[in-house]
Amino acid sequence: MIPELGHFALALALALSAAQAVFGLWGAQRGEARLMAAAPPLAAGVLLAVAVSLGCLMWSFAVNDTTVMNVVQNSHSAKPMLYKLTGTWGNHEGSLVLWVFILALCGGAVALFGRDLPSRLQARVLAVLGLVTVGFLAFTLGTSNPFERVWPPPLDGQGLNPILQDPGLAFHPPLLYLGYVGYAVTYAFAIAALIEGRVDAAWGRWVRPWALAAWAFLTLGIALGSWWAYYELGWGGYWFWDPVENASLLPWLAGAALLHSAIVVEKREALKTWTVFLALLAFGLSLLGTFLVRSGVLNSVHAFANDPDRGVFILLLMMAYVGGGFALFAWRAAAMAPTGVFAPLSREGGLVLNNLLLCSIAAVVLVGTLYPMFADLLLGQKISVGPPFFNMATFPLVVPLLAAMGVGPMLPWKRARLWPVLQRLWWAALGGMAALLLALALSGWRVLPALGFAAGAWLILAAATDIADRIALFSRPRAAWARARGLPRAAWGAAVAHAGVGVTILGLAGMGLAQEKLTLMRPGDAATLAGYTYRLEGVEDVTGPNWTARRATLTVTRDGREVTVLRPERRNFPVGRMVTTEASIHTNWLVDLYAVLGEERDGGAVVRLHHNPLAPWIWLGAAIMALGGGISLSDRRMRVSAPAAKLARGQAPA
Amino acid sequence: MIRRLVPALALGAALLAAPPAPAAVGDPAERLRDPALEARAQAIGRELRCLVCQNQSIEDSDAPLARDLRRIVREQVAAGQSNAEVMRFVHDRYGDFVLLRPRLTAATALLWATPALALGGGALLILAMRRRQAAEAALAAPELSEAERARLRAAERDGERAA
Repeated sequence: MIPELGHFALALALALSAAQAVFGLWGAQRGEARLMAAAPPLAAGVLLAVAVSLGCLMWSFAVNDTTVMNVVQNSHSAKPMLYKLTGTWGNHEGSLVLWVFILALCGGAVALFGRDLPSRLQARVLAVLGLVTVGFLAFTLGTSNPFERVWPPPLDGQGLNPILQDPGLAFHPPLLYLGYVGYAVTYAFAIAALIEGRVDAAWGRWVRPWALAAWAFLTLGIALGSWWAYYELGWGGYWFWDPVENASLLPWLAGAALLHSAIVVEKREALKTWTVFLALLAFGLSLLGTFLVRSGVLNSVHAFANDPDRGVFILLLMMAYVGGGFALFAWRAAAMAPTGVFAPLSREGGLVLNNLLLCSIAAVVLVGTLYPMFADLLLGQKISVGPPFFNMATFPLVVPLLAAMGVGPMLPWKRARLWPVLQRLWWAALGGMAALLLALALSGWRVLPALGFAAGAWLILAAATDIADRIALFSRPRAAWARARGLPRAAWGAAVAHAGVGVTILGLAGMGLAQEKLTLMRPGDAATLAGYTYRLEGVEDVTGPNWTARRATLTVTRDGREVTVLRPERRNFPVGRMVTTEASIHTNWLVDLYAVLGEERDGGAVVRLHHNPLAPWIWLGAAIMALGGGISLSDRRMRVSAPAAKLARGQAPA
Repeated sequence: MIRRLVPALALGAALLAAPPAPAAVGDPAERLRDPALEARAQAIGRELRCLVCQNQSIEDSDAPLARDLRRIVREQVAAGQSNAEVMRFVHDRYGDFVLLRPRLTAATALLWATPALALGGGALLILAMRRRQAAEAALAAPELSEAERARLRAAERDGERAA
């Protein structure tokens, strides 16, 4: 009964979102206030229906209802409750319901918080969101029904892939989807602007918070996935340039470009067509990621569905949304004349450079990800494009990006002179140089990590200089506190996010100096790595809720003092017959001590030890970036409605 | 076209795919005694694809083929071959697919040119847009007279002194 209710709610949501799309578009076109007014309540209805559907699916997982095919294939009664619930979106069908739920959530937010928007713009934005919802609901109901029944029910489910049973991964999809789907909203704003043929500062002010929020969530989602790979997969690696990772990096890069160019629209009414283009691109790349993951074109832990029919459906959806969007762009973009002019060397110019470099990196990642497929298809050549290529090809683009990131925020609008800005940044540059020399000397002339340390120090110091400069910390220190409080949150957010990038770069540089040791140890044996001594005390059996494991106990000492005890495990999941390794990690925030247990033989155990300097900073930096986005979001001007919108409303009744 | 394309791709992916491998913990016995040689072997290994895995280097995989390749690389390194010679040895036997950093050939020229093409194309686009914008701005705004320009310069100087 409950699954049928969920199925019905999905169908209801499809009908409601179709109505939302039609009423919104038609009402706005004809200027029918009553039709347009129907869009917000319809969006609320869609949200309610999809929420009910998602709730029903979670319920089926929670009670382990084995008459539901999806539960049978992906769950098991012995699984802990948390993973039963989060397992709802650990599979293709369920993750689609979550995707649509978040989309409906965004629609609801535009309906609720968008009352200050010009009513036509709001109606059109909601209508486009409705169209996207229709497509994805049709896809779900048509090819991937999550509520399909099976009769007679099997005794129990087949279980969830054990490496996915992890708190980090339980929340990785929702965060990632908040990012992907957030770009659906900026896409809807872009389409609405193209239909109206008008982009102004008010539009920029409305798009920017969505771009910021989507980017911040995407940052967190990617970081969580990378962190999970680091501690769960047991390779000590954090980024593999896997096609699926690249698929999430692409909208992140385009989104970062978008949130910067939206500033220019808002402040200076320039780069309008470009910003609209980026909004289309960011969502297009989100959809491409969805297509790559679900079509069977790629195959990895993430690729839930290897079903060509679904691939064709998603490809058609993508062509409709992206192709339609770009066709509309080609037709209407010329109508949006730019007004703000600026010199090449200016804040705007810096943001253009940022966009150029971010988009070039995105192009390299996109081409590198798809190249093997097309080389095989068109040229009949089997080639591989892996981490060595991506590292090498993105490096010359990342270096100028990081260098410019320090300078850009300090350039004045319209027209700038480089020399005064560089003079204010000399000590940040000096700090970078000092970091470079120090790292070179200490690491034994390892150039790449040293460059990373220099870039990280430069970014953090440049962000600090920017803030110190704005609050006149050194020239008028007494008024600094008052000025700091008066400084717009957006300026704080930018500095914090840029410093966060610096922290991540420092983490990456530290990982460039990582060491590892693979050794066979008998109880009582000791191994030394980077000044730490690891002594194997013994290996024992332990039992978990749905697994049994062998667990090693390693006492770590340094200079004779005990530092910590590491307990790496090798877990055996009888359901699904899989063995996973649970790395044991001790961190003091400067270095991770990381141990993995391998097979046991000759009365001993194979142990792999890693010494990972600054590893946690990679994800700490990502969290700081997202925090910067959040601070920027809390800026007053994001909360206050745009003056142009107010003006329009004020005139309306007259 | 697309209906034919997608199943073909899916089949290709399915043939190549192995289930996600549990972590390769590795075997100390297969490593070289000399840390410098072992470091070289690992650097080479990270450039080589485990042919039966999904996007893993031979250093990251527990698949039997990856083990074999690791052993071959270490034998060659121990026999005194240079990095380039080892790479050529493996490449001769397994073809382009084994190289995670594709060679520069006619087929991969476009791939390797992407950074330059993207940057150059983007820069050209920006220049073209600026040209158009400047032309439109010139139509919209009349030129300043010499006296107005002098006043503008004076005002800018004052502004800088105040800032």
